[in-house]
Amino acid sequence: MAKKVFVKEGTYYDSVTLMSVAKDVKSLDGITEAVVVMGTDANKGILKEANLLLPEAEAANANDLVIVVDGEEDVLDEAIETTKTLMAEKKNAGGGKAEEKPSTLRGAIEAQPDSNLVIISVPGQFAAREARKALNNGLHVMLFSDNVPVEDEIALKELAVEKDLLLMGPDCGTAIVNQAPLAFANVVSKGPVGIVAASGTGAQAVSSLVDRQGVGLSQVIGTGGRDLKSKVKGIEMIKDLKALAQDDDTEVIVLVSKPPAKEAAEKIMEEVKKIKKPIVVNFLGGDPSVVEGTDAIWANTLEDGAFKAVGIIKGEDVAAGGMSQSEIEEIVKEETSNMNSKQKYLRGLYTGGTLCSEALIQLTNEYGDMYSNIPISEGYGLKEDLKSIENTVIDLGEDDFTQGKPHPMIEPYMRSERLLEEAKDEEVGVILIDVVIGYGSHMDPAGEVAEAIKEAKATVADRGGYLSVIASVCGTDKDPQNLDMQEEKLRKAGAKVLPTNVQAVRVASQILSGIN
Amino acid sequence: MTDKKLHELFKEELKVINIGLESFAENLKGEGFDAVQVDWRPPAGGDEKMAKLLDEVESEKIDDANKKAVEKIQKSDPVLIGVGVAGKDLPGMEGKMILHASPPNTWDNMSGPMQGAAIGACIYEGWAADEEEAVKLIESGEVTFDAAHHHNAVGPMTGIVSPSMPVWIVENKTYGNKAYCTLNEGLGKVLRFGANGSDVIEKLKWMEKILGPALGDALAKSDGINLKNITAQALHMGDEVHNRNKAATSLFMREIIPYLLQTDYSNEDLKEIIEFMGGNEHFYLNLSMPASKATMDAADGIEYSTVITAMARNGVDFGIRISGLEGEWFTAPAEKVDGLYFPGYSEEDACRDLGDSTISETAAVGGFAMAAAPAIVGFVGGTVDDSIKFTKDMYEITLDENQNFTIPTLSFRGTPTGIDLRKIIETGILPTINTGIAHKEPGIGQIGAGLVDPPVACFKKALRAFAQKYNDKI
Repeated sequence: MAKKVFVKEGTYYDSVTLMSVAKDVKSLDGITEAVVVMGTDANKGILKEANLLLPEAEAANANDLVIVVDGEEDVLDEAIETTKTLMAEKKNAGGGKAEEKPSTLRGAIEAQPDSNLVIISVPGQFAAREARKALNNGLHVMLFSDNVPVEDEIALKELAVEKDLLLMGPDCGTAIVNQAPLAFANVVSKGPVGIVAASGTGAQAVSSLVDRQGVGLSQVIGTGGRDLKSKVKGIEMIKDLKALAQDDDTEVIVLVSKPPAKEAAEKIMEEVKKIKKPIVVNFLGGDPSVVEGTDAIWANTLEDGAFKAVGIIKGEDVAAGGMSQSEIEEIVKEETSNMNSKQKYLRGLYTGGTLCSEALIQLTNEYGDMYSNIPISEGYGLKEDLKSIENTVIDLGEDDFTQGKPHPMIEPYMRSERLLEEAKDEEVGVILIDVVIGYGSHMDPAGEVAEAIKEAKATVADRGGYLSVIASVCGTDKDPQNLDMQEEKLRKAGAKVLPTNVQAVRVASQILSGIN
Repeated sequence: MTDKKLHELFKEELKVINIGLESFAENLKGEGFDAVQVDWRPPAGGDEKMAKLLDEVESEKIDDANKKAVEKIQKSDPVLIGVGVAGKDLPGMEGKMILHASPPNTWDNMSGPMQGAAIGACIYEGWAADEEEAVKLIESGEVTFDAAHHHNAVGPMTGIVSPSMPVWIVENKTYGNKAYCTLNEGLGKVLRFGANGSDVIEKLKWMEKILGPALGDALAKSDGINLKNITAQALHMGDEVHNRNKAATSLFMREIIPYLLQTDYSNEDLKEIIEFMGGNEHFYLNLSMPASKATMDAADGIEYSTVITAMARNGVDFGIRISGLEGEWFTAPAEKVDGLYFPGYSEEDACRDLGDSTISETAAVGGFAMAAAPAIVGFVGGTVDDSIKFTKDMYEITLDENQNFTIPTLSFRGTPTGIDLRKIIETGILPTINTGIAHKEPGIGQIGAGLVDPPVACFKKALRAFAQKYNDKI
């Protein structure tokens, strides 16, 4: 053990800085005591009591900085150097402003007093509290969180009706309010089509397709998937319908949902009757008779819903397909010519839930029953191991695939792995995929799946077959990932890229027919 | 509450608050929209039972009661009106009674410095000749102990008050209630840190015979000294009147000295008195504390109010009081202070958090006004920006902004005022307290200073008790 002293004449530091530096130096390995003080008589007294008053320190005066370290001999010089460095740092500290974030809703309202909408994505058990506080502060709410009890959902929605505020959700993934893309949403132009959707990718698909036809969107409002179930009875959709009916900028309204419960459907259609504006109803896979007795227009698919809305605005029919039957046949011919005789099945690997439903419905109609983790045909559910059986279309965003993992729209590697797995099955001839872009999604989902497509195609080619990959991209050219660039990446990887999911499904279904 | 129609939102500029996934806010900013990110934490630190209790204690009755409590804090006007003698002036102080920093404690359970100070008080009062006799006397049960708060008094560190000690008398002119505090002894070896040697006793005697009476005479010649004004000015001069009292002490001296000079005391005495005050940077602490106490007592005992009216530590436990739960203490073991130590000392030597001085924070000064006192933020190795953050965080757990105490660096925004128990549980943000650190052995004194967190358990206990008391009536 030894002691060492360093005195710097004529340097003033405040005692707080000195104490702070001493604390850091004392924590160095091998140092048992460090005193950093101005050489006042009082401080020299302290040094004396601590048995650290070396002669140089004793000679120092009140304007001198005194550093004394006590510890193992070989570390003392280094400790003195460290002390000097720390002193220099402290003098320079405090320039940059630490970013301030409020910790509560109240703090946020103070920071931005004209706030009008709150997005909530905290864990489900705490989400309802935050939503209630937001509503009570007169703020519209987008409740992205899931796992919110349905009783809370009903109570929140009733409160929102009372206050005439939006309560989008729970489990609302997509909305575009005043052109602002909220959570998972695409960048679209302003225009006359308003959407109320109970499904996220449904809203993304319809809004993107409307935008791509050169018609913009006024609002895209999400209700959360449970809104049209029997318990909630469409509280939110009815309120949002009324709001869009009163909005001068909305000329056509599109409703998007899976088939609603009877109680919900009745109430919604009652409201639809009261509204003078044209309303397109797309209850995907539902019964078209629901619009009977109203002026509403039925749409079979998301694409159909988008094109009918665009048609009303443009005053003309928009071609439903965009691709003629002969063009489709050419693709089918090209894709099937190199397949071998063992290849006969389709595997659909979807990241977007509603796009998956749309594919299932159409494939079932046009070709036949499909196995799925969200089956629409009885007896066509996947087994517990979730392995594909014959023709299979799966929604990789469902809970059975996402336990402990991010949603495949955010992190699509899960789909790439699955795609490579499917390519090992020699009975597989065609892979059908979606790519969803826009805010919230992965920054390059096409690039991510493109690598897997190349590898899968090579695997199948190696055993004398040809793997057909049919894809469509949901999004717009204004999205950060850019529609054209994403499509180009898929094409370069050897995929056939169709402009919409419905058209991709049609091609895939005809390939299936061609090889069976 | 807004009576705007939903569709009117579509004509407004969208301004978003984002609670949760930060990328949603980043995306909006990227598209040119305004979005504020909330640094969200689960309510009650994720304790779902507490979160449920929070839902139960939401009502207009509580909001109204809290408004009333805050109004009383705002309107309180603490004025120093005189110097009294503890045994005569403190309500309920009788016989061989010694008061100490709250919450209530017993001799066996006292921290080292508090025992040392109690022994010193016995010697000072002449009840015992030395330490041995004092301990014997105390153990015989002849000396009674009580929390200073129970007698409208507060004391820094050990907070020991014995009957012969001179006390400041502060009157809340708006509501008529009074608060008391001993006079500050200065730094070094002092009773409030548990020192009890002959020099300590001698100084206490001088304070009793000369300092107290002289200041009392001086005050008698004045109309009282307005402490709210001094604190307000001191906040503009770099004090937060808990750990930094340099400016406030100077301002106080400017007020009192002209009156002191009118008393009959000799030049010798006056010189000693003025030197004593001027040589003690914390002289005003013992005035800011009773001013805070007089303010918070006015806001105590309001049914349904969740406002915290006192926080105090006795070196073993940390205790709080709630306006709507009058007279009750909610306690949990006190923490050690995270701070900087004087040369030769470390955390091992430290007594647990100690003293009634946290009355400052309940009354919107001290740690809550840290942004006014950047000079002391270094105690936690922090920067000027940190000091501003400490204060800003406190707006999250308080109900109002102070109308009298303002902070220049925050564009003269009022200090965070009226701590709401519910908001502490809700946010998990604990009151910022800056404080001195006492040595755990009696008689050594202050060995550092720093920041300390109150234990969250006492706030949870209080919320449970509140929910239970008002359960069916909310």
